[in-house]
Amino acid sequence: MTPVLSVRDLHVEFGTPAGLARAVAGVSFDLIPRERLGLVGESGSGKTTTALALLRLIRPPGRIAGGVATLDGRDLLTAAPAELRRLRGARIALVPQGAMNALNPVLDIRAQFEDLFDAHGEPRGRAARRDRIAALLQSVGLQPEVMARFPHQLSGGMRQRVCIALAIALRPAVIVADEPTSALDVIVQKGVLATLARVQREIGAALLIVGHDMGLMAGFVHRIAVMYAGRLVEIGPVAEVFARPRHPYTRALIESLPRFGPRGVFRGLPGTAPSLVSPPPGCPLHPRCPAAIPRCAVEPPAETRHGPAHLARCHRAEEADLAA
Amino acid sequence: MPLELRDARVTFGDGLFTRRRTIALDGVSLRLDPDAAETVAVVGESGSGKTTLTRLLLGLLRPNDGRVLWRGTDLRQLRGAALLEYRRSVQAVFQDPFGAFNPAHRVDRVLTLPARRFGLAVDATAAHALAVRAVEAVGLRPAETLGRYPHQLSGGQRQRLMVARAMMLRPRVIVADEPVSMVDASLRATILGALHALRLSGVTLVYVTHDLTTAWQLADRVMVMRGGAVVEEGGVEGVIGAPRHPYTRALLAAVPPAMPDPTWLEDAEAA
Repeated sequence: MTPVLSVRDLHVEFGTPAGLARAVAGVSFDLIPRERLGLVGESGSGKTTTALALLRLIRPPGRIAGGVATLDGRDLLTAAPAELRRLRGARIALVPQGAMNALNPVLDIRAQFEDLFDAHGEPRGRAARRDRIAALLQSVGLQPEVMARFPHQLSGGMRQRVCIALAIALRPAVIVADEPTSALDVIVQKGVLATLARVQREIGAALLIVGHDMGLMAGFVHRIAVMYAGRLVEIGPVAEVFARPRHPYTRALIESLPRFGPRGVFRGLPGTAPSLVSPPPGCPLHPRCPAAIPRCAVEPPAETRHGPAHLARCHRAEEADLAA
Repeated sequence: MPLELRDARVTFGDGLFTRRRTIALDGVSLRLDPDAAETVAVVGESGSGKTTLTRLLLGLLRPNDGRVLWRGTDLRQLRGAALLEYRRSVQAVFQDPFGAFNPAHRVDRVLTLPARRFGLAVDATAAHALAVRAVEAVGLRPAETLGRYPHQLSGGQRQRLMVARAMMLRPRVIVADEPVSMVDASLRATILGALHALRLSGVTLVYVTHDLTTAWQLADRVMVMRGGAVVEEGGVEGVIGAPRHPYTRALLAAVPPAMPDPTWLEDAEAA
């Protein structure tokens, strides 16, 4: 199937006092129409930076240092400011992490929609806009009366639903959701995710969701992409990746997921993520990898295929049980 | 002799110009027997009162009604040596590793100061030796931590430092308020493992969390809170294995799956 969004060799760098940090170091993936793709990794893995780069929301000292991200045949990474403004919201939209910071605190909810409509010149007419806003709020499970409220008058879950309504308002082809429920309680989280999945299906958009909770991904996405130290280390259908993880880091993330199994068992991956300024040679995971062999310290692993849509970057990906 | 909350009630004023008050804790009782070395999980969502409860146990907040007792004495009546003994015996691990340390103190001082204050070390050399052992016990390298300032450590290192400080004082009770909600998955296991090991060394742990799976893994007893009140409590196998209260069931149903499950979100929108 033709991808709706195609990312090739994306590089993002941040200037730091210690040197140049390569937050995203050559990431490539496709987003298939109507799918939900999860981008996971720990703090500093580059998952959020990757997602924000697609919307050109990287601020100095960060900069996009290379790559192509094709949407509707246009490169998002080099689009001129005017074209970028047309594309954002209309073709690719963001559901941000903190809804409280994303909404303007001095405007009521209706005005936040009006801002978006003004920027894109549609829909026209006061009544048409009012009806559209009411319908959008209802589609995310809110009463139309919410449009007269201010962000601080809404609960965290309601605010996040408003952000979802804003993201789908112009029926974009791609929705980027950056940890959309990490600030919410578990019961509210599940309801908001269900709403996000439904409206995404209804408008036929593809969804890229950034997160760190493997359990949440297991219940939400079709495919999962795992990042480590700015690199994509594994990508594949979520059921296949959970059943047969090909990268030791993916395996560690799955195993560290707390579950209602035997009690008092805590499995994690010792050590900390490497410096992005001077990452270790070879595979960036090798200093803390339980399956590392001498080759891992010198030669960066290439991407290998382990199924029609299952890719991994590990020298030992072919071996069955490399957790041992 | 236990640390005990008896029918504790805490209310907060809603503002300068209103007489309305929010009830944070509505008559909660909890008895912790340090000799039992058990782990009690306090589970709840935002606004359930779980953090208010930890602040009472730590003596950081006084109840409007009801009592907080240490070895049979109300915390308000503790003085001198008895107060010092309480402060050493009941230690805290907070949620936010960034706000928990004095930014002007090196890690070494963060540890040696309480060691000297509580009389665990007679001189600076002994205090330093304690500090070295304390950071090693949580898997940190003394050479890489003790000479640094808190801002030079990662969030995970700081969280482990907080556990190290609490453990070093050989407390009878540790109150941990969401100790892993701000750390990465791979480090979560290290910190939970360190807390789990406390029970083996005879420490009673109060583990406050919104996460039922880690409560299941760590706790002997579970207390489920909502809106300042306890809705269900008992042994972990009963409360999490066979919950009776609809709210506990709703919490359980909202826990993300451990394996891919395309049906997880079905019928979830009403929630």
